[in-house]
Amino acid sequence: MTFAVDPLFVDSFGLSEVVVVLLKVVLVFVFLLVAVMLNIWFMRKVISDMQNRIGPNLAGPWGILVTLADGIKLFFKEDLIPEKSHRFVFKMAPYLSLIPAFLVFAIVPIGGDFNRADGSEGVVTILGHDTLLQVADPPVGILFFLAMSSLAIYGVMLAGWASGSKYPLLGSVRASAQMVSYEAALGLSIASVVLISGTLSMHEMVLAQTGAGFGGFIPSWNIILTGFIPFVVFLIAGTAELNHPPFDLVEAEQELVGGFHTEYSSIRFALFYLAEFMNQITMGAIIVTLFLGGPAGPALFVPQGWWIGVFWFFLKLMVFLFAFVWLRATLPRLRYDQLMDLGWKVLIPLSLAWFLVLAGIRTGRDRGWSSVEVGAFAVGFGVVCMLCAGLLMMALRSARIARLAELEEDRAGLHEPTEGGVPWPN
Amino acid sequence: MAELTDYLKGFAVTFKKLFEERVTKEYRGGMAKPGQPDEKRPKVERLHGRHVLNRYEDGMEKCIGCELCAGVCPAKCIHVRGADNDPDNPTSPGERFGYVYEINYLRCIHCDLCVEACPTQAITESKLFEFSFTNRNDAIYTRDELLVGDDGKPQKLPWEDWREGEDELTSGWMRATSPSGDHRYEGVVQWSEELGYGVRAPELGQSAETADADADAGTSGGGDA
Repeated sequence: MTFAVDPLFVDSFGLSEVVVVLLKVVLVFVFLLVAVMLNIWFMRKVISDMQNRIGPNLAGPWGILVTLADGIKLFFKEDLIPEKSHRFVFKMAPYLSLIPAFLVFAIVPIGGDFNRADGSEGVVTILGHDTLLQVADPPVGILFFLAMSSLAIYGVMLAGWASGSKYPLLGSVRASAQMVSYEAALGLSIASVVLISGTLSMHEMVLAQTGAGFGGFIPSWNIILTGFIPFVVFLIAGTAELNHPPFDLVEAEQELVGGFHTEYSSIRFALFYLAEFMNQITMGAIIVTLFLGGPAGPALFVPQGWWIGVFWFFLKLMVFLFAFVWLRATLPRLRYDQLMDLGWKVLIPLSLAWFLVLAGIRTGRDRGWSSVEVGAFAVGFGVVCMLCAGLLMMALRSARIARLAELEEDRAGLHEPTEGGVPWPN
Repeated sequence: MAELTDYLKGFAVTFKKLFEERVTKEYRGGMAKPGQPDEKRPKVERLHGRHVLNRYEDGMEKCIGCELCAGVCPAKCIHVRGADNDPDNPTSPGERFGYVYEINYLRCIHCDLCVEACPTQAITESKLFEFSFTNRNDAIYTRDELLVGDDGKPQKLPWEDWREGEDELTSGWMRATSPSGDHRYEGVVQWSEELGYGVRAPELGQSAETADADADAGTSGGGDA
């Protein structure tokens, strides 16, 4: 196995390569900061449009600098550290959620011309060096994303714990429970994609999705190749992973004040806010890369180049950023038990079953099954799935009946005032 | 399945809103730079705003210093002291006039009870509520500030945001319901003339609306005759 598939490191590694890498790092860093600024503005503007309001319109043209004004304001506010807090962890937590948010974007391919068929798809030349438009393309690729999103939980968890206050603690317990549960569904739908693409590297995933698919015009994107279900599961689980509405129980104002960042103020709060919206962008970019072919897209313009990939990437990304705002404007927040039900009883079984179907089809294709055999497998598997779903629902129902009976029993017992007890209100 | 389509309906609703008219107005409190919009939302005719002290057509003040407004005020925000008129140069027709008249707008709840209590329609409310101050003393309006000017219109104080046409109707609520909101007096003129406007016509009120509705529908009945 090579150290990396990036052509930059193939021949030699010297000062000029370091310069190229540093250039890419700085570019992505600046891009992320500016993109977060615009993303927050975009969210506020679209959500106000959806509520018949005008929205921010004072700072800069169309209010585009509103985030900058907010950031400057937060920077100059007083920074409070609660007396009961664990000071070191309290100070460290914002960085624990911010740094993973930055790091994840390193593996996202954001441009390059993928319409060439000479083995140099997506390769660009910077300062005379061939390289990919992506900070790093590690062979573990998408696993890095899972690792970083798990690390980000620590930021939320420790922020709540270190605040030394009950609402942040409750918020962070919710957050970690939610993120851990949804990560399973997220991982299973990623597994489907990996199965179809046959690679973990983000660049090779994009390569696998280039070229014309069925009928010459439907793109061979993973959203179609994996049969749509993993995409839906990933979108829902990803939204939950972001703690984005309707899954924002972590910061449910009516119940938990501000959630895990209740005690945070000034620039530390701004860092959490930054991380939240940066994660949105990153999640959108990951969805685009996994399911929609990333920067790959048809060449619509005559002068071709690396920027066609950039154009397609941002077009697809904007669709998801809009979708996130749309979700925020439309859906009310889930209750905690609904959240857990959706995660454990719907998304995980669904994505697991779908993964097995894909694996079966893949195995069949490798062994050269005929279409009749594949059909028979599909039907058989469908029957098994239905049976399993039926059994699961029966189990859930009987558990519910038992729980209700128990409750009834408890109430009946409590209704009579016992010695020193308090009568149960009917 | 029905649940799923209901979800989609919700998304359709929020998407449609993108193209609807905005309900918010851009109000900058009269501080707009040139070219910037600065609109107020239209107000209802009988809005309870900043008070004015009215005058008769000959310029005499209507206030007689009886302190009924101060007595009825639930917020205790009105301070009135009367004094005897100078016989040679009277301020108001009659014996006495309002010598001190102060309203504390940090306390006033704009309930209009003072307007109802006033026997001479001296105090009424304009439609202005866009006035703010930076210290507590400025919140106390004195007689000099409350009195209408020589043209019968409210004084436009520097910290108030008056717009075109807002100083026209300073007695809407009184003219609609006086006295005591009794419907039998609807349309009956119970008030004196005002400087600059003469005797203002009564508002037609609810019976006019019923009459209109009857005429439109071509049926009779409804409303109390």
